[in-house]
Amino acid sequence: MKIELTSPIPGKIMKVLVSVGEVVNEDDEVMKIESMKMENPIYAPAAGTIITIGVKENDEVEVDDLLLVIEEGG
Amino acid sequence: MLEAFANGFSGLLAGFMHLQISNVVMIIVGCVLLYLGIKKDFEPLLLVPIGFGCILVNIPLANLMEPHGFLRTIYDAGIMTELFPLLIFVGIGAMTDFSPVLENPVTFLLGAAGQCGIFLTLGLALALGFTELDAVAIGVIGACDGPTAIYVTAKYAPHLLGAVSVAAYSYMSLVPVIQPPIMRALTTEKERTVVMRATRKSVSKTTRILFPLVITILGGLIAPMGLPLLGTIMLGNLMRESGAVERLTKASANEIANVVTLLLGISIGATMDGKIFLQPQTLIILALGFIAICLDTACGVLLGKVLYITSKGKINPLIGAAGISAFPMSARVVMKEGQRYNKKNYLLMHAMGANAAGQIGSVIAAAVMLSVLKGMGII
Repeated sequence: MKIELTSPIPGKIMKVLVSVGEVVNEDDEVMKIESMKMENPIYAPAAGTIITIGVKENDEVEVDDLLLVIEEGG
Repeated sequence: MLEAFANGFSGLLAGFMHLQISNVVMIIVGCVLLYLGIKKDFEPLLLVPIGFGCILVNIPLANLMEPHGFLRTIYDAGIMTELFPLLIFVGIGAMTDFSPVLENPVTFLLGAAGQCGIFLTLGLALALGFTELDAVAIGVIGACDGPTAIYVTAKYAPHLLGAVSVAAYSYMSLVPVIQPPIMRALTTEKERTVVMRATRKSVSKTTRILFPLVITILGGLIAPMGLPLLGTIMLGNLMRESGAVERLTKASANEIANVVTLLLGISIGATMDGKIFLQPQTLIILALGFIAICLDTACGVLLGKVLYITSKGKINPLIGAAGISAFPMSARVVMKEGQRYNKKNYLLMHAMGANAAGQIGSVIAAAVMLSVLKGMGII
Protein backbone atom coordinates (compact mmCIF):
# COMPACT_ATOMS: atom_id res chain seq x y z
CA MET A 1 0.00 0.00 0.00
CA LYS A 2 1.22 3.48 -0.81
CA ILE A 3 1.49 5.89 2.09
CA GLU A 4 1.88 9.61 1.51
CA LEU A 5 3.81 11.79 3.92
CA THR A 6 2.64 15.39 3.83
CA SER A 7 4.24 18.33 5.55
CA PRO A 8 2.99 18.82 9.11
CA ILE A 9 4.31 22.39 9.31
CA PRO A 10 5.07 25.27 6.96
CA GLY A 11 8.76 25.95 6.39
CA LYS A 12 11.79 25.28 4.25
CA ILE A 13 13.27 21.89 3.44
CA MET A 14 16.72 21.93 5.04
CA LYS A 15 17.79 18.38 4.26
CA VAL A 16 16.41 15.36 2.47
CA LEU A 17 18.01 12.40 4.24
CA VAL A 18 16.71 9.59 2.00
CA SER A 19 16.61 8.84 -1.72
CA VAL A 20 14.19 7.02 -4.01
CA GLY A 21 14.51 3.25 -3.66
CA GLU A 22 15.79 3.41 -0.12
CA VAL A 23 14.19 1.15 2.49
CA VAL A 24 13.21 2.88 5.74
CA ASN A 25 11.75 1.81 9.06
CA GLU A 26 8.84 3.54 10.73
CA ASP A 27 10.03 6.62 12.66
CA ASP A 28 13.33 6.85 10.77
CA GLU A 29 14.24 10.47 10.20
CA VAL A 30 13.69 11.25 6.52
CA MET A 31 13.90 15.06 6.31
CA LYS A 32 14.59 18.20 8.23
CA ILE A 33 12.29 21.18 7.82
CA GLU A 34 13.25 24.61 9.06
CA SER A 35 10.31 26.45 10.53
CA MET A 36 10.40 29.51 12.78
CA LYS A 37 14.22 29.32 12.77
CA MET A 38 13.99 25.84 14.27
CA GLU A 39 15.19 22.58 12.82
CA ASN A 40 12.35 20.04 12.85
CA PRO A 41 12.98 16.36 12.15
CA ILE A 42 10.38 14.63 9.98
CA TYR A 43 9.93 10.90 10.55
CA ALA A 44 8.78 8.11 8.23
CA PRO A 45 5.08 7.30 8.77
CA ALA A 46 5.58 3.59 8.02
CA ALA A 47 8.23 1.02 7.11
CA GLY A 48 8.78 0.47 3.40
CA THR A 49 10.50 1.66 0.26
CA ILE A 50 10.60 5.29 -0.78
CA ILE A 51 9.04 5.48 -4.24
CA THR A 52 8.65 9.23 -4.75
CA ILE A 53 10.18 12.32 -3.22
CA GLY A 54 8.13 15.45 -3.91
CA VAL A 55 10.53 18.13 -2.68
CA LYS A 56 14.18 19.09 -2.81
CA GLU A 57 16.40 21.03 -0.46
CA ASN A 58 15.58 24.73 -0.05
CA ASP A 59 11.99 24.25 -1.28
CA GLU A 60 9.40 26.21 0.66
CA VAL A 61 6.54 24.00 1.81
CA GLU A 62 3.09 24.66 3.19
CA VAL A 63 1.08 22.44 5.50
CA ASP A 64 -0.20 19.33 3.65
CA ASP A 65 2.25 19.64 0.73
CA LEU A 66 3.42 16.20 -0.41
CA LEU A 67 6.91 15.35 0.90
CA LEU A 68 7.29 11.71 -0.16
CA VAL A 69 5.50 8.44 -0.84
CA ILE A 70 6.38 5.12 0.77
CA GLU A 71 5.41 1.69 -0.64
CA GLU A 72 4.60 -0.12 2.55
CA GLY A 73 6.17 -3.47 3.33
CA GLY A 74 9.18 -2.85 1.07
CA MET B 1 62.08 64.64 43.07
CA LEU B 2 61.98 61.21 44.61
CA GLU B 3 58.93 62.22 46.63
CA ALA B 4 57.09 63.39 43.52
CA PHE B 5 57.87 60.07 41.89
CA ALA B 6 56.51 58.14 44.90
CA ASN B 7 53.34 60.25 44.96
CA GLY B 8 52.83 59.69 41.28
CA PHE B 9 53.27 55.96 41.74
CA SER B 10 50.76 55.84 44.60
CA GLY B 11 48.25 57.40 42.20
CA LEU B 12 48.46 54.22 40.16
CA LEU B 13 47.81 52.10 43.24
CA ALA B 14 44.84 54.13 44.49
CA GLY B 15 42.34 52.01 42.59
CA PHE B 16 43.62 48.86 44.27
CA MET B 17 43.56 50.54 47.70
CA HIS B 18 39.90 51.49 47.30
CA LEU B 19 38.80 48.11 45.99
CA GLN B 20 36.26 46.67 48.40
CA ILE B 21 35.30 43.09 48.84
CA SER B 22 31.86 43.83 47.40
CA ASN B 23 33.51 45.21 44.24
CA VAL B 24 35.59 42.06 43.89
CA VAL B 25 32.51 39.86 44.26
CA MET B 26 30.64 41.90 41.64
CA ILE B 27 33.55 41.80 39.20
CA ILE B 28 33.40 38.02 39.54
CA VAL B 29 29.61 38.12 39.00
CA GLY B 30 30.23 40.21 35.86
CA CYS B 31 32.71 37.61 34.63
CA VAL B 32 30.19 34.81 35.29
CA LEU B 33 27.58 36.69 33.23
CA LEU B 34 30.14 37.09 30.45
CA TYR B 35 30.97 33.39 30.66
CA LEU B 36 27.27 32.44 30.42
CA GLY B 37 26.81 34.74 27.44
CA ILE B 38 29.98 33.91 25.54
CA LYS B 39 30.56 30.24 26.32
CA LYS B 40 27.08 28.99 27.15
CA ASP B 41 25.16 31.11 24.62
CA PHE B 42 22.61 32.27 27.25
CA GLU B 43 21.13 35.47 25.76
CA PRO B 44 24.62 36.71 24.75
CA LEU B 45 23.25 39.93 23.22
CA LEU B 46 22.21 41.01 26.70
CA LEU B 47 24.51 39.20 29.09
CA VAL B 48 27.70 40.41 27.40
CA PRO B 49 26.95 44.15 27.77
CA ILE B 50 25.32 43.60 31.20
CA GLY B 51 28.32 41.61 32.47
CA PHE B 52 30.76 44.19 31.17
CA GLY B 53 28.75 47.10 32.57
CA CYS B 54 28.80 45.32 35.93
CA ILE B 55 32.59 45.08 35.82
CA LEU B 56 32.97 48.75 34.80
CA VAL B 57 30.82 50.10 37.60
CA ASN B 58 32.68 48.13 40.25
CA ILE B 59 36.08 49.59 39.49
CA PRO B 60 36.63 52.21 42.18
CA LEU B 61 37.46 55.88 41.55
CA ALA B 62 36.39 55.72 37.89
CA ASN B 63 32.98 57.07 38.99
CA LEU B 64 31.24 55.96 35.82
CA MET B 65 27.83 56.03 37.51
CA GLU B 66 28.42 59.36 39.30
CA PRO B 67 26.91 62.52 37.77
CA HIS B 68 28.55 63.11 34.36
CA GLY B 69 30.02 59.60 34.28
CA PHE B 70 29.32 58.12 30.86
CA LEU B 71 27.28 55.20 32.19
CA ARG B 72 25.19 57.59 34.30
CA THR B 73 24.53 59.71 31.21
CA ILE B 74 23.33 56.70 29.20
CA TYR B 75 21.30 55.40 32.16
CA ASP B 76 19.57 58.74 32.80
CA ALA B 77 18.86 59.28 29.12
CA GLY B 78 17.43 55.87 28.34
CA ILE B 79 16.43 53.93 31.44
CA MET B 80 15.13 56.66 33.73
CA THR B 81 13.10 58.05 30.84
CA GLU B 82 11.95 54.46 29.97
CA LEU B 83 12.93 55.16 26.38
CA PHE B 84 15.17 52.12 25.83
CA PRO B 85 12.62 49.43 26.70
CA LEU B 86 10.02 51.23 24.57
CA LEU B 87 12.33 51.42 21.55
CA ILE B 88 13.05 47.71 21.98
CA PHE B 89 9.31 47.14 21.90
CA VAL B 90 8.96 48.83 18.51
CA GLY B 91 11.55 46.32 17.31
CA ILE B 92 9.77 43.35 18.89
CA GLY B 93 6.53 44.40 17.22
CA ALA B 94 8.33 44.67 13.91
CA MET B 95 9.78 41.16 14.37
CA THR B 96 6.70 39.31 15.59
CA ASP B 97 4.17 37.61 13.37
CA PHE B 98 0.92 37.49 15.29
CA SER B 99 -0.94 35.47 12.65
CA PRO B 100 -0.64 32.15 14.56
CA VAL B 101 -2.76 33.76 17.32
CA LEU B 102 -5.30 35.14 14.87
CA GLU B 103 -5.58 31.71 13.20
CA ASN B 104 -6.40 30.11 16.51
CA PRO B 105 -7.95 32.67 18.84
CA VAL B 106 -8.29 30.16 21.69
CA THR B 107 -4.54 30.60 22.20
CA PHE B 108 -5.33 34.10 23.52
CA LEU B 109 -6.59 32.40 26.67
CA LEU B 110 -3.29 30.55 27.06
CA GLY B 111 -1.39 33.81 26.63
CA ALA B 112 -3.43 35.22 29.49
CA ALA B 113 -2.99 32.19 31.75
CA GLY B 114 0.77 32.41 31.25
CA GLN B 115 0.71 35.73 33.11
CA CYS B 116 -0.76 34.38 36.35
CA GLY B 117 2.72 34.15 37.83
CA ILE B 118 2.92 37.96 37.83
CA PHE B 119 -0.03 38.35 40.16
CA LEU B 120 0.71 35.32 42.36
CA THR B 121 4.31 36.46 42.83
CA LEU B 122 3.20 40.01 43.55
CA GLY B 123 1.07 38.60 46.39
CA LEU B 124 3.97 36.47 47.59
CA ALA B 125 6.33 39.46 47.63
CA LEU B 126 3.80 41.50 49.61
CA ALA B 127 3.46 38.63 52.07
CA LEU B 128 7.25 38.60 52.49
CA GLY B 129 7.16 42.25 53.50
CA PHE B 130 8.28 44.01 50.32
CA THR B 131 6.70 47.43 49.81
CA GLU B 132 3.88 47.65 47.29
CA LEU B 133 6.02 49.19 44.53
CA ASP B 134 8.89 46.76 45.11
CA ALA B 135 6.42 43.87 44.97
CA VAL B 136 5.08 45.16 41.63
CA ALA B 137 8.60 45.19 40.18
CA ILE B 138 9.30 41.68 41.47
CA GLY B 139 5.98 40.32 40.21
CA VAL B 140 6.64 41.66 36.74
CA ILE B 141 9.58 39.24 36.39
CA GLY B 142 6.73 36.79 35.82
CA ALA B 143 5.98 38.60 32.56
CA CYS B 144 9.09 36.71 31.42
CA ASP B 145 9.85 39.68 29.26
CA GLY B 146 12.96 41.81 29.70
CA PRO B 147 11.75 45.18 28.38
CA THR B 148 8.44 44.99 30.29
CA ALA B 149 10.28 44.20 33.52
CA ILE B 150 12.76 47.03 32.94
CA TYR B 151 10.03 49.52 32.05
CA VAL B 152 7.98 48.83 35.16
CA THR B 153 10.96 48.60 37.51
CA ALA B 154 12.66 51.76 36.21
CA LYS B 155 9.44 53.65 36.78
CA TYR B 156 8.44 52.38 40.22
CA ALA B 157 11.39 50.69 41.94
CA PRO B 158 14.62 51.77 40.21
CA HIS B 159 16.78 50.55 43.13
CA LEU B 160 15.78 46.96 42.21
CA LEU B 161 16.58 47.35 38.52
CA GLY B 162 19.79 45.29 38.54
CA ALA B 163 18.29 42.34 40.39
CA VAL B 164 15.00 42.33 38.49
CA SER B 165 16.52 42.56 35.04
CA VAL B 166 19.19 39.96 35.74
CA ALA B 167 16.45 37.65 37.02
CA ALA B 168 14.21 38.35 34.01
CA TYR B 169 16.91 37.77 31.42
CA SER B 170 18.57 34.79 33.02
CA TYR B 171 15.31 32.93 33.62
CA MET B 172 14.21 33.72 30.09
CA SER B 173 17.29 31.95 28.81
CA LEU B 174 16.65 29.07 31.22
CA VAL B 175 13.12 28.48 29.90
CA PRO B 176 14.23 25.26 28.14
CA VAL B 177 15.46 23.94 31.52
CA ILE B 178 12.71 25.29 33.80
CA GLN B 179 9.63 24.37 31.78
CA PRO B 180 9.85 20.69 30.79
CA PRO B 181 9.78 19.17 34.31
CA ILE B 182 6.70 21.25 35.19
CA MET B 183 5.01 20.28 31.91
CA ARG B 184 5.66 16.59 32.60
CA ALA B 185 4.56 16.75 36.22
CA LEU B 186 1.20 18.30 35.39
CA THR B 187 0.14 16.21 32.39
CA THR B 188 -0.60 12.56 31.75
CA GLU B 189 1.07 10.51 29.03
CA LYS B 190 -2.24 10.42 27.17
CA GLU B 191 -2.60 14.21 27.20
CA ARG B 192 0.96 14.78 26.04
CA THR B 193 0.54 12.53 23.00
CA VAL B 194 -2.50 14.38 21.60
CA VAL B 195 -1.72 15.18 17.96
CA MET B 196 -2.67 18.64 16.75
CA ARG B 197 -2.39 19.14 13.01
CA ALA B 198 -1.37 22.53 11.76
CA THR B 199 -4.13 24.16 9.76
CA ARG B 200 -3.77 25.82 6.42
CA LYS B 201 -5.93 28.78 7.27
CA SER B 202 -4.46 32.09 6.35
CA VAL B 203 -5.26 35.41 7.93
CA SER B 204 -6.13 38.23 5.57
CA LYS B 205 -3.88 41.26 5.32
CA THR B 206 -6.73 43.50 6.47
CA THR B 207 -7.09 41.48 9.68
CA ARG B 208 -3.36 41.64 10.28
CA ILE B 209 -3.37 45.42 9.84
CA LEU B 210 -6.49 45.95 11.96
CA PHE B 211 -5.16 43.80 14.80
CA PRO B 212 -2.47 46.23 16.08
CA LEU B 213 -4.87 49.17 15.69
CA VAL B 214 -7.72 47.53 17.59
CA ILE B 215 -5.42 46.26 20.37
CA THR B 216 -3.85 49.70 20.77
CA ILE B 217 -7.11 51.64 20.93
CA LEU B 218 -9.04 49.12 23.01
CA GLY B 219 -6.12 48.17 25.25
CA GLY B 220 -5.18 51.82 25.69
CA LEU B 221 -8.68 52.76 26.76
CA ILE B 222 -8.84 49.89 29.26
CA ALA B 223 -5.34 50.33 30.65
CA PRO B 224 -4.01 53.80 29.77
CA MET B 225 -1.03 53.40 32.11
CA GLY B 226 0.30 50.64 29.88
CA LEU B 227 -0.21 52.43 26.59
CA PRO B 228 3.50 53.21 26.11
CA LEU B 229 4.25 49.44 26.16
CA LEU B 230 1.27 48.41 24.09
CA GLY B 231 1.49 51.33 21.68
CA THR B 232 5.15 50.80 20.81
CA ILE B 233 4.89 47.05 20.19
CA MET B 234 1.78 47.59 18.06
CA LEU B 235 3.37 50.44 16.10
CA GLY B 236 6.20 48.08 15.17
CA ASN B 237 3.70 45.40 14.21
CA LEU B 238 1.56 47.77 12.14
CA MET B 239 4.63 48.88 10.20
CA ARG B 240 5.50 45.22 9.59
CA GLU B 241 2.06 44.10 8.50
CA SER B 242 1.29 47.17 6.38
CA GLY B 243 4.32 46.45 4.22
CA ALA B 244 4.31 50.14 3.34
CA VAL B 245 7.36 51.24 5.33
CA GLU B 246 9.78 48.41 4.89
CA ARG B 247 12.77 50.62 5.64
CA LEU B 248 11.36 51.68 8.99
CA THR B 249 10.36 48.11 9.83
CA LYS B 250 13.85 46.86 9.06
CA ALA B 251 15.48 49.72 10.97
CA SER B 252 13.30 49.04 14.02
CA ALA B 253 13.87 45.29 13.97
CA ASN B 254 17.60 45.48 13.26
CA GLU B 255 19.58 48.72 13.61
CA ILE B 256 17.52 50.45 16.30
CA ALA B 257 16.95 47.26 18.29
CA ASN B 258 20.66 46.42 18.13
CA VAL B 259 21.91 49.84 19.18
CA VAL B 260 19.36 50.08 21.99
CA THR B 261 20.13 46.55 23.20
CA LEU B 262 23.77 47.56 23.60
CA LEU B 263 22.95 50.75 25.50
CA LEU B 264 20.27 49.02 27.56
CA GLY B 265 22.57 46.15 28.50
CA ILE B 266 25.45 48.31 29.57
CA SER B 267 23.24 50.60 31.67
CA ILE B 268 21.55 47.64 33.37
CA GLY B 269 25.00 46.26 34.17
CA ALA B 270 25.87 49.67 35.59
CA THR B 271 23.14 49.33 38.22
CA MET B 272 24.96 46.34 39.67
CA ASP B 273 27.16 48.28 42.08
CA GLY B 274 28.31 45.91 44.83
CA LYS B 275 27.06 48.18 47.62
CA ILE B 276 23.50 48.08 46.24
CA PHE B 277 23.38 44.65 44.63
CA LEU B 278 24.95 42.48 47.34
CA GLN B 279 22.07 42.40 49.76
CA PRO B 280 19.96 39.51 51.01
CA GLN B 281 16.95 40.94 49.18
CA THR B 282 18.66 40.35 45.83
CA LEU B 283 18.68 36.62 46.53
CA ILE B 284 15.02 36.75 47.56
CA ILE B 285 14.18 38.58 44.33
CA LEU B 286 16.03 35.98 42.27
CA ALA B 287 14.12 33.22 44.09
CA LEU B 288 10.75 34.96 43.64
CA GLY B 289 11.45 35.53 39.95
CA PHE B 290 12.13 31.83 39.55
CA ILE B 291 8.87 31.00 41.30
CA ALA B 292 7.04 33.49 39.06
CA ILE B 293 8.14 31.71 35.89
CA CYS B 294 7.31 28.26 37.33
CA LEU B 295 3.83 29.55 38.22
CA ASP B 296 3.34 31.00 34.73
CA THR B 297 4.16 27.63 33.21
CA ALA B 298 1.96 25.74 35.66
CA CYS B 299 -1.03 28.04 35.08
CA GLY B 300 -0.61 27.82 31.31
CA VAL B 301 -0.47 24.01 31.37
CA LEU B 302 -3.43 23.81 33.77
CA LEU B 303 -5.55 25.97 31.48
CA GLY B 304 -4.31 23.73 28.66
CA LYS B 305 -5.77 20.79 30.60
CA VAL B 306 -9.10 22.60 30.90
CA LEU B 307 -9.08 23.18 27.14
CA TYR B 308 -8.15 19.51 26.66
CA ILE B 309 -11.31 18.54 28.51
CA THR B 310 -13.62 21.15 26.95
CA SER B 311 -12.36 20.34 23.45
CA LYS B 312 -12.92 16.61 24.17
CA GLY B 313 -9.25 15.78 23.84
CA LYS B 314 -8.39 17.81 20.74
CA ILE B 315 -6.08 20.32 22.40
CA ASN B 316 -2.75 19.17 23.74
CA PRO B 317 -2.25 20.79 27.17
CA LEU B 318 1.49 21.12 26.56
CA ILE B 319 0.89 24.16 24.34
CA GLY B 320 -0.28 26.01 27.46
CA ALA B 321 3.34 26.22 28.59
CA ALA B 322 4.03 28.48 25.60
CA GLY B 323 1.64 31.13 26.92
CA ILE B 324 4.56 33.11 28.30
CA SER B 325 6.41 35.92 26.64
CA ALA B 326 9.73 34.15 26.05
CA PHE B 327 9.38 34.14 22.27
CA PRO B 328 10.02 31.85 20.49
CA MET B 329 11.99 29.78 23.01
CA SER B 330 9.01 28.48 24.82
CA ALA B 331 7.19 27.42 21.63
CA ARG B 332 10.28 25.41 20.70
CA VAL B 333 10.29 23.77 24.12
CA VAL B 334 6.67 22.70 23.58
CA MET B 335 7.43 21.36 20.10
CA LYS B 336 10.34 19.29 21.45
CA GLU B 337 8.39 17.95 24.42
CA GLY B 338 5.46 16.97 22.21
CA GLN B 339 7.75 15.12 19.84
CA ARG B 340 9.46 13.34 22.70
CA TYR B 341 6.21 11.51 23.43
CA ASN B 342 4.92 11.18 19.89
CA LYS B 343 7.33 11.47 17.00
CA LYS B 344 4.58 12.40 14.59
CA ASN B 345 3.34 15.32 16.61
CA TYR B 346 4.23 18.83 15.45
CA LEU B 347 2.86 21.28 17.97
CA LEU B 348 5.05 24.12 16.71
CA MET B 349 2.42 26.30 15.02
CA HIS B 350 -0.09 25.97 17.85
CA ALA B 351 2.63 26.68 20.40
CA MET B 352 3.67 29.73 18.36
CA GLY B 353 0.09 30.97 18.65
CA ALA B 354 0.14 30.63 22.42
CA ASN B 355 3.62 32.16 22.52
CA ALA B 356 2.69 35.22 20.45
CA ALA B 357 -0.40 35.59 22.62
CA GLY B 358 1.88 35.44 25.67
CA GLN B 359 3.95 38.25 24.18
CA ILE B 360 0.90 40.53 24.01
CA GLY B 361 -0.49 39.00 27.21
CA SER B 362 2.53 40.06 29.25
CA VAL B 363 2.24 43.64 28.02
CA ILE B 364 -1.50 43.75 28.65
CA ALA B 365 -1.02 42.17 32.10
CA ALA B 366 1.56 44.80 33.03
CA ALA B 367 -0.68 47.56 31.66
CA VAL B 368 -3.70 46.28 33.58
CA MET B 369 -1.67 45.94 36.75
CA LEU B 370 -0.44 49.54 36.48
CA SER B 371 -3.93 50.88 35.81
CA VAL B 372 -5.37 48.91 38.73
CA LEU B 373 -2.66 50.20 41.05
CA LYS B 374 -3.29 53.71 39.80
CA GLY B 375 -6.98 53.23 40.50
CA MET B 376 -6.13 52.05 44.03
CA GLY B 377 -4.03 55.16 44.52
CA ILE B 378 -0.79 53.18 45.08
CA ILE B 379 1.10 54.75 42.18
